[in-house]
Amino acid sequence: MANIQQEISGFLPEATFVEGAILEVAVPDAKWHELALYLRDKLHFDYLVSIVGMDWGETMGCIYYLTSTADNSQVSVKVETSDRENPLLHTVSDLWKSAYLYEREVYDFYGIRFINHPDMRRLFLRNDWVGYPLRKDYNADPALNPIRLEHEAVDDVTHAIVETEDGKLEERTNTIFSPEEFVVNIGPQHPATHGVLRLRTSLDGEIVKKVDVYCGYIHRGIEKLCESLTYPQTLHFADRLDYMSAQQNRHAVCLCIEDALQIEVPMRAQYIRTIMDELMRISSHLLFWSTFCMDLGGTTAFFYGFRDREKILDIFEETCGARMTFNYYTIGGLMADLHPDFQRKVKEFCAYLPAKLKEYHTLFTGNVIAQQRMKGVGLLSREDAISYGIAGPSGRASGWACDVRKNHPYALYDKVEFNEVVRTEGDVFARYMVRLDEILESIHIIEQLIDNIPEGDYAVKMKPIIKLPEGRYFRQVEASRGPLGIFIESHGDKNPYRLKINSACLPLVAGLDPMCRGGKIADLIAIGGSLDYVIPDMDR
Amino acid sequence: MEVKIKSMKYEDFKDNEYIEHLIAELKAAHTNVVVGCLDELINWGRSNSLWPLTFATSCCGIEFMSLGAARYDMARFGFEVARASPRQADFVMVAGTIVHRMAPVLKRLYDQLAEPKYVVAAGGCAVSGGPFRNSYHVLKGVEEILPVDVYIPGCPPRPEAMFYGLMQLQRKVKVEKFFGGVNRQEKREKVFGK
Repeated sequence: MANIQQEISGFLPEATFVEGAILEVAVPDAKWHELALYLRDKLHFDYLVSIVGMDWGETMGCIYYLTSTADNSQVSVKVETSDRENPLLHTVSDLWKSAYLYEREVYDFYGIRFINHPDMRRLFLRNDWVGYPLRKDYNADPALNPIRLEHEAVDDVTHAIVETEDGKLEERTNTIFSPEEFVVNIGPQHPATHGVLRLRTSLDGEIVKKVDVYCGYIHRGIEKLCESLTYPQTLHFADRLDYMSAQQNRHAVCLCIEDALQIEVPMRAQYIRTIMDELMRISSHLLFWSTFCMDLGGTTAFFYGFRDREKILDIFEETCGARMTFNYYTIGGLMADLHPDFQRKVKEFCAYLPAKLKEYHTLFTGNVIAQQRMKGVGLLSREDAISYGIAGPSGRASGWACDVRKNHPYALYDKVEFNEVVRTEGDVFARYMVRLDEILESIHIIEQLIDNIPEGDYAVKMKPIIKLPEGRYFRQVEASRGPLGIFIESHGDKNPYRLKINSACLPLVAGLDPMCRGGKIADLIAIGGSLDYVIPDMDR
Repeated sequence: MEVKIKSMKYEDFKDNEYIEHLIAELKAAHTNVVVGCLDELINWGRSNSLWPLTFATSCCGIEFMSLGAARYDMARFGFEVARASPRQADFVMVAGTIVHRMAPVLKRLYDQLAEPKYVVAAGGCAVSGGPFRNSYHVLKGVEEILPVDVYIPGCPPRPEAMFYGLMQLQRKVKVEKFFGGVNRQEKREKVFGK
């Protein structure tokens, strides 16, 4: 940590530092791009985890979270501007490709425009939306933004603000789709987009030339809602983000708050959390298998996958009382103790599933048609995966060992033995196989823990109103689709000043365009299915 | 006149008052015997082959998929033919939160459904906005833009609850006047007026 601090202050003497779990560097905007280049190339911070837009009242700005893929060290950079009327910051979208969508998100929520960013359109809200909702002075009057039933205008042209060589700022327009291009609209209501994602796709015959992603068709404004709720109340939104990794999402929020309060979670709760996380991962990957095979035309797979997924849901239901939104983890432990049948049923399930996985492989993996549609399609290199921030099973299929459970272990992941499934092909087939192999690893983890759950308390007693000490906290867990990060800035009140959810799925759709370019339109369905994004997670 | 659903006894339904109210309304209209019998025949067929539009925005959509899988098997009731095109569907099951950006899309999908058409609001979000009710970008229930026939509470509703709601829709279809009467919730002026 001190080493990074020395290196940065050697390069940029005006940088100021705040020490914490993650070192925070504050730099003036004029020097930010220079420092970013230095951080990426010299210090190997090649993975931009998140950009958190902030409104501190007097000033507005961003906090950038960076991770080095070489040694997994983390650093955060704070950049701010005091101009609220026309806030401008320099872009880093030319250095990290994931910043392309993240900066558009910041523009959408805070109205901060990024100099040299080629495409400053709104990301989640309609292009005729009035105001920037996450600003503290946002006017929420429904008369300003009534429910509009007319469709929003199609924008083929976008605005950009460019810095010329002599340092002047110029407004420019960039073309997304020229009038000659043949643009096909896919979604938001389309059975193969896995939710309400909208893609505008430029085609040349059957060949995809460009994919432009539209998000926000299920943007619920969770981050803004959290700002007016107490910490225990914010938890229930986590289950509804990526409902296929409800337990892990909630784990992330709990971890972040427990970190800030420095609570020791009882061992029993840690064991149960780890088991629940892995069960959730299996259920998510089973659903992936069902829907992905259905996308490629294997309808039978849907029934097989759901049959086995129901067995996990039964186990969840006995203990948590629900099939999907569990509300099981709380700050300091769990809501309730395990059902007496839990251990027996989990063991039965762990013995049952491996044989079924073999059946899956015979049914679909070995199929010639399936192989031809999967192998060599939708290639993603390791460099691109890191630059786009495509982590999780999709990143591991491109040879990037990015498992948070290994890199920054939480709960009991440093005590159990498991392999991080990594493949190097980077195509649809690799992403498919990584997920199926991860099911086996999850079973392996559960088997190590299920017989050793210690007796004792399942939760620490907490007060109903929790106040977090002032500061910024950022925690990640490995959800079913990749790392889910929770950022909390607390000003010492009973509700968060800012809670940001860094979804694993937003980078996945950002990567659609490079993966689909030059391929056939039918491959787009296979690629989208193999990335396995969940739209409510990225729209939030 | 009795409204029968094959899978469930009449007394097992919790809210029979409204269906009796609809029957009384139907009787007061004095249909002639031939048309009345034809109505019953047509409605028997329609209520047992209600085709949903595959429309889902979030969690409730996954539970709706569970309905289609082997354990819950909605084919038992005739709902199994989920259509991706609204032109071929009978009802839209609004499964999930509807936000401002989605509202015009959903409205267009509804307009594209062929008459007679129905709307089922499944889950807390579609009923009232649910946990996101106070958000700047969420509709306070899908009824703000569409006429709703059946509300299914839950977050998400269990598959059994969804079946209960869909059986209520079947009962509603059975007491409709198919010939000679317009039994739609949406007034014609709304669509063709102005």
